[in-house]
Amino acid sequence: MSFDLEYFNIGYLDTLSYKNTFVHRIDPRVKILVSFAFVIFVVSFPKYEISALFPFFLYPVFLLTAGNIPIKAIAKKVLFVSPFALFVGIFNPLIDTETLITPLGIAISGGWVSFLSILVKFVLTVSSALLLIAVTSFPGLCEALERMKLPKVFVIQLLFLYRYLFVLLEESLRMIRARDARSFGSRGKEIKTFIRLISVLLIRSIERAERIFRAMLARGFRGEIKVLKRHRLEYYDILFGVISITTFYLFRTFPVVNLLGETFNRMLQ
Amino acid sequence: MHMADALLSPAVGGAMWAGSLGTIIYCAKKLREKMDEKLIPLMGVLGAFIFAGQMINFTIPGTGSSGHIGGGMLLGILLGPYAAFLVISSVLIVQALFFADGGLLAIGANIWNLGIYPAFIGYPLIYRAMVKNNASKKAITIASVLSVVIGLQLGALSVVLETKLSGITELPFSTFLLMMQPIHLAIGLIEGFATAGIVVYVRSLRPDIVDNLNGLKSASSGVSLKKVLIIMAVLAVITGGAFSWFASTYPDGLEWSIEKIYGKPEIPEKENQMKDNLAKLQEKTAILPDYSLPAKDGKAGEESAPSWPAVDPGTSLSGIIGGLLVLVLVVIFGFIIKGMRKMRDRA
Repeated sequence: MSFDLEYFNIGYLDTLSYKNTFVHRIDPRVKILVSFAFVIFVVSFPKYEISALFPFFLYPVFLLTAGNIPIKAIAKKVLFVSPFALFVGIFNPLIDTETLITPLGIAISGGWVSFLSILVKFVLTVSSALLLIAVTSFPGLCEALERMKLPKVFVIQLLFLYRYLFVLLEESLRMIRARDARSFGSRGKEIKTFIRLISVLLIRSIERAERIFRAMLARGFRGEIKVLKRHRLEYYDILFGVISITTFYLFRTFPVVNLLGETFNRMLQ
Repeated sequence: MHMADALLSPAVGGAMWAGSLGTIIYCAKKLREKMDEKLIPLMGVLGAFIFAGQMINFTIPGTGSSGHIGGGMLLGILLGPYAAFLVISSVLIVQALFFADGGLLAIGANIWNLGIYPAFIGYPLIYRAMVKNNASKKAITIASVLSVVIGLQLGALSVVLETKLSGITELPFSTFLLMMQPIHLAIGLIEGFATAGIVVYVRSLRPDIVDNLNGLKSASSGVSLKKVLIIMAVLAVITGGAFSWFASTYPDGLEWSIEKIYGKPEIPEKENQMKDNLAKLQEKTAILPDYSLPAKDGKAGEESAPSWPAVDPGTSLSGIIGGLLVLVLVVIFGFIIKGMRKMRDRA
């Protein structure tokens, strides 16, 4: 069951995010900012660019190693996820057949180059999003969002969503298991059964929300939740932010890769 | 239909983020005006419900493959536009982070494509216009299907526009549109009927949840025509700008759709073009062996002149060598950090 797998992966990412390493301790606001800057720099490369993107692997590799995140956990997800970018990108080689480069005498069309570029950008951006949550706890992220002045209602219900995600997923897993135990082959998955199952799940969820609300009232809820502020901007947070963004900027503006290749070529000669 | 970072340009991604963020702030403000405290846990739990509900799959009638619901319109019907928009946004944020659906920059576009249309067009303008208190099953079904289909069609159209505006794909506008819209019509019909089924069934068990059009969802009746018109105007400007851009860049695409309106059979020619391209590709791969040797000589001659500032980045040999070197360096860097951490752990 692929969904089972996905579910357990959520829990796994969640446990990873509570480790205590240098990158885990960085203020979530800085991490959000740096990750966004990273994605924007990566995406800003023109469509025929491949090798100039390679230095950007430094950032995910840094988060992976410094955050002590197993590479398998991230790689599996990157390979598993949304094929939309690939689905759209695969048409480039079919349509753009003009030869763009001929390295070592092999003619490569612009379409293949731009498709490869999409692939590299895809891996970079998707892995950086996964790694952001792997090195930042979700409550930490919500705290950052609130302190970045996102509306309170929004942040609070986001926290609620995350808290009850695991509860409801387990409830739904139980229902699926019960359905599978009572049906053979492809039976039991008709849309009619599905509608009843999901309606029951919906009503149970709403009733749960009502119980939660009453429990909250009993504990003095007045429409506001105080989010615990665990983080303070320290000098190393700012240092991390400045160094990362400056590095991205340098990688974007200077032909680092070509310079390196050129010097290597000269050294060989 | 999740948009991906790799298909977006910073300008388009940033614009979509700005639009979505603005709408989130606007919705939160609207909710604060008529705040029902009960709504906060309900919103969170319903967001979690969407994930849990997506785990339950069903067989799509007539195909044998299985699908699950998206749930945007269902949230609209249960919560009203403002709260529903916030919940849809939260679901998409969690999906982007944990399931890696799309990416950080694409969140803005995804919220727009999957949130704005059900919450601000599908629900208030279509569903609520057709379903009043004590509506019949038939009315609910028709309204659900119609609103979901229109919402998804607009969403799919937005995906096409965003991708084309970003200029990453080579797909012609018309072909891309032809691939996206019919598929999302099918998805919309299934989602619409599933949504209708859920609404009707839940109403038979707990009528208060669905029919409570004045209580929890009171804010929904406050969608003023003016606001909706403003949103529509903004959308029109965006699409209008996009279309004028296409008109200049892809005249064939627009001409083609105009011709289609006038009933000329243009599709075969389109297919031919595709075939031509495939044939060209075949040709290319076929002559490759003959082609490569002289090219190599020519290349070697060119390479001897050191002219890196003049070459297009990534097209020269040094670009490739440099790229490989960089990858090796990155791996070494990773091992160094790993080693440093291990030494520290031991100390």
